[in-house]
Formats: sequence, C-alpha cells, structure tokens
Amino acid sequence: MIFLRLFWVFTKIGVFGFGGGYAMLSLIQHEVVEKNGWMTKQQFTDLIAVSQMTPGPIGINTATYAGYTALENSGHSPFIAVLGSIVATFSLCLPSFVLIILISYFFSRFRSNKYFTWAMTGVRLLSVALIGLAAVSLMTHENFIDYVSPILFLGALFLSVRYKLHPVFIIAIAAIVGIVIY
Amino acid sequence: MFFKLFFTFTKIGLFTIGGGYAVIPLIERDIVSRGWLSKEEFYELLSITESLPGVFATNIAALVGYKINGLKGGALAALGTIIAPFMIIILIAAFFNRFQENVWVAKAFKALRPAVVALIVAPCFSAAKANKLTYKTAVIPVVAWLLMWQGNVSPIFIVVFGCAAGIIYHIFREKNKGK
Repeated sequence: MIFLRLFWVFTKIGVFGFGGGYAMLSLIQHEVVEKNGWMTKQQFTDLIAVSQMTPGPIGINTATYAGYTALENSGHSPFIAVLGSIVATFSLCLPSFVLIILISYFFSRFRSNKYFTWAMTGVRLLSVALIGLAAVSLMTHENFIDYVSPILFLGALFLSVRYKLHPVFIIAIAAIVGIVIY
Repeated sequence: MFFKLFFTFTKIGLFTIGGGYAVIPLIERDIVSRGWLSKEEFYELLSITESLPGVFATNIAALVGYKINGLKGGALAALGTIIAPFMIIILIAAFFNRFQENVWVAKAFKALRPAVVALIVAPCFSAAKANKLTYKTAVIPVVAWLLMWQGNVSPIFIVVFGCAAGIIYHIFREKNKGK
C-alpha cells in the first residue's frame, strides 16, 4: 500500500530531518530515489529546481512534489496523486508538531535541557556531510549532460557562495543560458 | 483572531523563497508588532526550534501559534504556512509533464540541472563556516560523507550517530572538568 509507505517514509524524515532543509534533501533523496525507486535522479533534480523557484519552505515543497510524483509514476490518476502529496506533507510535519505539543505541555523551560543542546552540536557538525551527500549523488550523467554542464555548475556555485546571489536569480540566469545555448 | 493568525502565517509561507530562515524577520514584524508575543518570548521559541527536527518554518509557526492560542492556534498557524506553497506545487506538478514537452522549457532545464546541484553544494560552505570547521575537525563530516556516499550507510544512521556522539563528547568534557 503506497500511502502507508509514503506515510512511514516521510514520518521518518520528519523525525530525523535535522540541520535545515538542505540537509533534509539527502534524507528525502535516499528514501524516495534510492530505497523506494519512486522517481529517477533527474526527476528529483527537476523537483528541487521547482521547489527552489516557488515560494515556501524547501522541505514542504519537496515533500509535496515528491508525494505527487511518486504516485503519478506508479500510474495513479492526478486526483490520487494529490492525496499522495497531502500524505507526504502531513507526515513530514507530524513528528515535530507532536514534539512541540509535548514540549509546550510538559516543559515550561525546554531550552535548559542540556542533552538536546549537546545532541544538536553533533548533528550540526554532520549536516555538512548530509548536504554534501545530496550534492554528489545528483552529479550524474542525467544532470551533467555535456562539457558545458560543469561550467554552469561552477558559475552557479561561484555566484551563490561569493556574491550570495539569491537562488531564484541563479535559476533564472541558468534557464536563460539554457534557452540560448541548447 | 483565528482568521488573522491563519492569514498572517499564509503570508509568511508565501514569502519564504529558498530557505526557512527568511521567516524570522517576517514573523517578528507581524506577530511581535501586533502584541501577540513579546520579543523575549519570540526569541525563546526561536531557540527551541534550533533543537527540533523537521521544517523550520512550520515548527516556528506551530510554536508561536500554540503560545498564542493553544492546540488550535498551533495547528492553524502550521497549516497556514503550508497551504499556499502546497497549492502552488500541486498546480505545477499537475502540469509539469506538459510543460516539459515544450522545447524552450526542455532547453532551460538542461542548463538548470547543474545549477541546481551547485545550489545544494553552496549551503555546505555556510554550514562549514557556522560550525567553525578547521582542517582537523573537518575529518568528521568528511568521513561521514564518504560512509554514506561510497559505503551506502543510511543518512538516518548518521543523524542518530551525530546525536549520540554530541552527547557522549559533552559528558566526557564535563567529567574531565570535574577532576
């Protein structure tokens, strides 16, 4: 039952998705592309591109889109696919929401809990690795089709890191370049 | 009141383009200036979200909503944050296949894909900076990265390992201080 599978996968991601949206991407990719084979790497890359271009948190956008695509790819109708995206988005938010309710109910001063703070210092250090994983596993021939691709990659990286250009602008520039050169 | 809470967060959801932290000044402006929360309360909630898993924007929304109006407030605020991006993605997803058949869109995406990979690499640098990584401490994330990439170790295992390592490291440090 794909809905139960979706629920389980995205609840897991909601529980272990520490370190921000980009660190979460590698968890989503691992589950959605590698383990369950719901979509190809290229589809996942396109899905991230759209998630970055459109408003909203990247985690929500990616989950919504992934839920839809997973069902669409397994041959379901658009209406059923929308249900898939609802399940994915809802289960992604569920664990931390429950945690928030519990925290608000039981602790009046949650942040004094030193074990949480300590655990976070460990996770934060590894978030670099998680983000890096998502990046290298998308460096495939599906996404890097010719000798221009690495140049585009380096150019985008440079604009983002050096000039802190907003992702939306970088995507817009890349899109225009693509229309011109291909 | 409930409507206002919902729509305030709908607005906030719409304005977070590429990165959840963009919501901080938005919430501060809308929620704090309305007198729903004090500045100090807001900052305390912010520090809680630092240790929560999941999506930053919906977490801070749920916390703020809960503080203002209990369970109902929390649920409405979180839902408000999600609703607009959700609808937009559904619309795009439903028509994307037809979009992609368009020659121009196909061309754009050929160049877009490597750029998107670069946009995922970029936060590595800021995360490394935020953790004050040196050549020595960088060994830890690099080993974790290789384990996942080449060794097929699950990212979830790495996250759990990170939590445990952080706690153990600090317990040892406290013990050594005691001596």
